[in-house]
Amino acid sequence: MISKLSHAGVLVLDQNSAKQFYTETLGFTVRNDVEMGADFAGAGQGFRWLTVSPPGQQDLEFILAAPEMGHDEETARQLRDLVAKGAFGGGVWQTDDCRKTYEELSQRGVTFVQEPAERPYGVEAVFRDDSGNWFSLTQHF
Amino acid sequence: MSRSPDTTRLVSLRSARDLIDRDFATAVNVTALAAQAGYSRYHFIRAFRAAYGATPGDYLSRRRVERACELLRTANLTVTEVCFLVGFASLGSFSSRFSELLRCSPSEYQRRAAEQGGPPPVPGCMVLMWDAPRPAMRNRGEAAGDSAPVASARTERMEPIEGDKT
Repeated sequence: MISKLSHAGVLVLDQNSAKQFYTETLGFTVRNDVEMGADFAGAGQGFRWLTVSPPGQQDLEFILAAPEMGHDEETARQLRDLVAKGAFGGGVWQTDDCRKTYEELSQRGVTFVQEPAERPYGVEAVFRDDSGNWFSLTQHF
Repeated sequence: MSRSPDTTRLVSLRSARDLIDRDFATAVNVTALAAQAGYSRYHFIRAFRAAYGATPGDYLSRRRVERACELLRTANLTVTEVCFLVGFASLGSFSSRFSELLRCSPSEYQRRAAEQGGPPPVPGCMVLMWDAPRPAMRNRGEAAGDSAPVASARTERMEPIEGDKT
């Protein structure tokens, strides 16, 4: 029996910039930032394992992965293009106050593609991370 | 990890599209969008269409119709109010674009939505990102084969969008 989701994530265009965005802009904490060095030649060398957690959910590690991970050059290029185009969505982040969080994040330069709006299930806005992944920001009723 | 020219280009096109998504209700100026994305107007329209399959003007009016659908389903507003709220300059242009995309008039759509009762049973963010309604899709219960394919002549047209709202 599966009990819960512990890891999920998105592809990001630049892990350094994503780390800064998720921590400084969104207020997440870094859980892991490890790069496999030359010791791991042939077994993951160059792989950077970068995960963050939202303030209220330390048992979820959100993976900020490079499109190159595990892919040939052409596949990585295609993935990178799709991320840049804004084709991917990463999920729903929960908040106690959507309108307030919208104001705070807007002031920090976050791109919103939809302002807070009332839905049958709550108040919801839609924003993008610094790579172009879109997320819902929802205050559930 | 430096960004390739292709990635940089796509990021600026996406930023332009995000602006359309956010500011759809106001007069969106395609020349200004192009300048912001680092293109001439002509090349911007071509590059945008290559990336997203529709010109900026076409994308904007589809977004407006899609937002209009939501208001017609959920808000207690008249068709005329919805028309101006989502950024159309005239009821005529709203009705014809709406009918073209959804194969029914806005008032007919509103009436059917009321019969069905309220908003669609999926999250609003998914409705937004599922994008605007296209011909041959989404119109409840209509056969897919009876309308034009997505890449119709309509999407080929370069539609002026400046001053779309009075």
